[in-house]
Amino acid sequence: MRNRDVYMQTYKSNFLPPLLDPILFLLALGFALGKFVQLGGYGSYAAFITPAIIATAVMNVSIFECMFGSFVRMYYQKTFDAIIATPLSVEDVIAGEILWGATKGLLYAGIMFAVVLLMQSILGISLVTSPLSVLVVPFSFLAGLLLSAIGMCFTARTQQIDGFNFPMFLFITPMFLFTGTFFPLNALPWQVQDLSLAIFPLTHVVLITRELMSGALAVDAVWSILWIIPVTIFFWILSINLMKKRLIV
Amino acid sequence: MESSSWPSGFDERRQDIHDRSYPEQSTSIRRPGRQAHELIGDPHLVPGWWPATSNLEKLTNSTSSSGTASSLTNAESPPDLALSIAVEARGLRKEFDGLVAVDSIDFQVLKGECFGFLGPNGAGKTTTMKMIYCASPRTSGRLLVEALDVDTFPRETKAKIGVSPQEENLDPDFTVFHNLIAYSRYFDIPRRVAEARAEKLLDFVALKEKRDVVITELSGGMKKRLILARALLSEPKIVILDEPTTGLDPQARHLIWDRLEELRRQGVTIILTTQYMEEAARLCDRLIVMDKGKIIEQGTPQSLVEKHVAQRVLEIPAEPEVIIELEKLGSALFDEIGGRLHIYTNQPETILADLQKRHAILRSVIRDATLEDVFFRLTGRELRD
Ligand SMILES: Nc1ncnc2c1ncn2[C@@H]1O[C@H](COP(=O)(O)OP(=O)(O)O)[C@@H](O)[C@H]1O
Ligand SMILES: [Mg+2]
Repeated sequence: MRNRDVYMQTYKSNFLPPLLDPILFLLALGFALGKFVQLGGYGSYAAFITPAIIATAVMNVSIFECMFGSFVRMYYQKTFDAIIATPLSVEDVIAGEILWGATKGLLYAGIMFAVVLLMQSILGISLVTSPLSVLVVPFSFLAGLLLSAIGMCFTARTQQIDGFNFPMFLFITPMFLFTGTFFPLNALPWQVQDLSLAIFPLTHVVLITRELMSGALAVDAVWSILWIIPVTIFFWILSINLMKKRLIV
Repeated sequence: MESSSWPSGFDERRQDIHDRSYPEQSTSIRRPGRQAHELIGDPHLVPGWWPATSNLEKLTNSTSSSGTASSLTNAESPPDLALSIAVEARGLRKEFDGLVAVDSIDFQVLKGECFGFLGPNGAGKTTTMKMIYCASPRTSGRLLVEALDVDTFPRETKAKIGVSPQEENLDPDFTVFHNLIAYSRYFDIPRRVAEARAEKLLDFVALKEKRDVVITELSGGMKKRLILARALLSEPKIVILDEPTTGLDPQARHLIWDRLEELRRQGVTIILTTQYMEEAARLCDRLIVMDKGKIIEQGTPQSLVEKHVAQRVLEIPAEPEVIIELEKLGSALFDEIGGRLHIYTNQPETILADLQKRHAILRSVIRDATLEDVFFRLTGRELRD
């Protein structure tokens, strides 16, 4: 319990390269593709996808930190074994990893938000309109917790690092595409919409991020928060239990 | 409490322990340079370092005054003894899906002694160590560290123990120094204290020049030494070392032995597993020989040699006729090991001369018996993986 922040300082950070990626996304999709795309009721296409780009970046950084990053520390470096021989427990280690994954998500969101503001003022286009949009940054920490906890569950059950291919293709890629990221969710058949809301955390994250950035906060954001919180707690507890089973034999 | 299982010879060793409860004394005799106290010994630690000193002292005094042959444990009242026990196991058992890795073993490690677990691969040594430092829950039995149940009090237990695992698990992303600092955080050691200790410990394990080198550039011996330093960061009362010298060259091994003796002199309880008889004989006050999850023998290194093999060994080539003759004779204990006969006897010269009357015996060797001979006697010669 006490030493969670310890891990955060402990685990190293090299984040510059992946940051460029979402910026390029915004330029390419938002401005190039945006010239051809018109969405009724959402303003410019660039303004539509900006929140999605931030949300998917948070997802990627958090979930991958607790998949590949944690797996390397657990499996190859035996760091978890080293730590649980000290007064810290499996709970502490996993909590530290999840918090670190979420912290990375928070940092990404913060930097990207600043970049978006910068682009807005330099290019003179309207991407962010509401003062509420600042809340996107703290919200991304919650989103990061959710996705890190899910990633940690995959890590606990994966035997080799190649085993991550399954969750990658069956979960992360569809989530990236079908959660209202690059086109509105209501372009999909209603069954798919419901499914997306039911199983993909990113749907809720994108929804809230978008409503915060446009200032059009609606009641569905509340439902999404009410979805995110219990699901986060569930996966957090599940990941600790799975990890205990794996680490303590 | 039973103690009859410890063969005689044990009591002389107790005298050693007694001597070591005065670290200043013995250190100054043996080691003029003595970094000992600066190392783990922040000054307040030296006398108080070993909280049960007075108890064990009482114990040893009463033992030595009442004659060496008397049994230590019978003579003492249980509460005193309980205070002098670092680790106690009763019926300790571990199963992995039906495979019995540790088969209901009993042992007691006394405070301040160096206690060895000796045995071939797969004997259950690592599993036993992991149960002590709470990395593996036992299937059944009792396991106490300083009178506290390890599964009920894992944090307290782990705070007392420094661990050097069999598998190297240093953090490859950090330098030598930073590995120690990162580890110190898990014990809540304040940064400044940790830095001071880390510097001293790097000196202690002779890694000062490597302070800012990344882990991947260290040799195997350096890594083991760094792991030893890391295990000592929290100034533990008990240090568990799982095969601390396996795979090291002789120089590296001797350096580690030297450091461990230094620690023992300061009253740190050392629990060690090894496959090397030489290591066990040199370091351990008492040891257990394990095989297939069971304890097959225990005692001081000396007493085991006396009990299981004679004082000396005659080695000759294993010729069938000689074996037949020895078997007929029936008096001399012998093993056939790698094409050689090891004959355990107190009169090797006589036997050799006798055999030479009837057989041409080339390349004979006469030497003192060692713990290795005991090991072969007890665990057999088949190859283990
Ligand atoms: N995690 C595990 N799962 C299943 N079997 C194990 C596990 N760890 C050890 N064993 C088995 O337990 C036995 C004892 O192993 P171990 O304690 O590592 O022996 P030693 O350290 O003496 O070489 C071996 O047969 C080993 O295969
Ligand atoms: Mg082992």
